Amino acid sequence: MGFFRSLFQPRPPSASIAKERLKIVLAHERASSRAPDFLPNLQKELLAVVGRYVEISDDMIRVTLGNSGDTSLLEINIEIEGGKLKKGGGSGPALSAAV
Amino acid sequence: MAKVIVITSGKGGVGKTTTSAAFAAGLALRGHKTVVIDFDVGLRNLDLVMGCERRVVFDFINVINGDANLNQALIKDKRHDNLFIFPTSQTRDKNALKREGVERVMEELKQQFEYIICDSPAGIEHGAITALYFADSAVIVTNPEVSSVRDSDRIIGILASKSRRAERNEPAVDVHLLLTRYDPGRVARGEMLAVEDVKEILSIPLLGVIPESESVLRASNTGTPVVFDEESPAGRAYVDAVARFLGEQREMRFVKPERRSFFRALFGRA
Repeated sequence: MGFFRSLFQPRPPSASIAKERLKIVLAHERASSRAPDFLPNLQKELLAVVGRYVEISDDMIRVTLGNSGDTSLLEINIEIEGGKLKKGGGSGPALSAAV
Repeated sequence: MAKVIVITSGKGGVGKTTTSAAFAAGLALRGHKTVVIDFDVGLRNLDLVMGCERRVVFDFINVINGDANLNQALIKDKRHDNLFIFPTSQTRDKNALKREGVERVMEELKQQFEYIICDSPAGIEHGAITALYFADSAVIVTNPEVSSVRDSDRIIGILASKSRRAERNEPAVDVHLLLTRYDPGRVARGEMLAVEDVKEILSIPLLGVIPESESVLRASNTGTPVVFDEESPAGRAYVDAVARFLGEQREMRFVKPERRSFFRALFGRA
């Protein structure tokens, strides 16, 4: 049975799967290994500043350094849950800044 | 000016020592005085692959510690006057390769040789970092297989950040991809990453493709660098890779499935 199945149902080529998996994992690893040392500190300080105005936890802020063409792109994403403002700060669902 | 070439990969078992032996012998055959150094302290194997295991008296660590001088430790190859082997020590002290000591030995070797081939251990520990630290060029030995490609990418990153050239802000180590154990038949059937795929993923220039070949095991069995086997496809592919390293243009061979005639299939050898 297995023999006949292997005759009539050839498995899909695995090399293309290998290539896609490698591209994804390496893109991720290259980004994290080339990130400058100041990113974690920047993230901490941003958290402190934003935390003065809205309730925020560690996982609600993401700082990444990427590339867009020839320019480096520092991307800061801050999630803010709608109702938990401390003082009269911004009220949008998310702040996003690109420098 | 002498040139230091590290043969490295991150992953083990991809063919670093085979490549070191073949590359060193290939450079010697082209008339360049070459030494090949084993950096795998505690796991000495280059001597076996080069067929000089019974001639080892002093080693790398002896020279670093001043227990022997360089010329007492260097082994002259019996097949070629331009070729020398510098064996490593079987000590279990992994940190015996002190950077200052290695630097001193390297400077001394540069006075005598045109090419210094450094056979790196696997991994990214002390031995591997020491092997790549002094490099001017690097040959990244890669198998067409996911774990090897990933580790190669990692070692390329380390070369760009931890080598002496990187530390001193000198021109970067020039890196070359050498794809080994390549099986064109399996590539054609979609079972193996193609050379173009690996090139695209790692984005470094291709130095050569070494086909999977029975002659590689035969070469290590007998302690002969595979370039000395003129019948061997792998040997010829290494000769081409060395020629490209020296600046020649050569067409890539052994990257398409070979059509073997009936008689060669019956009587020939790979």
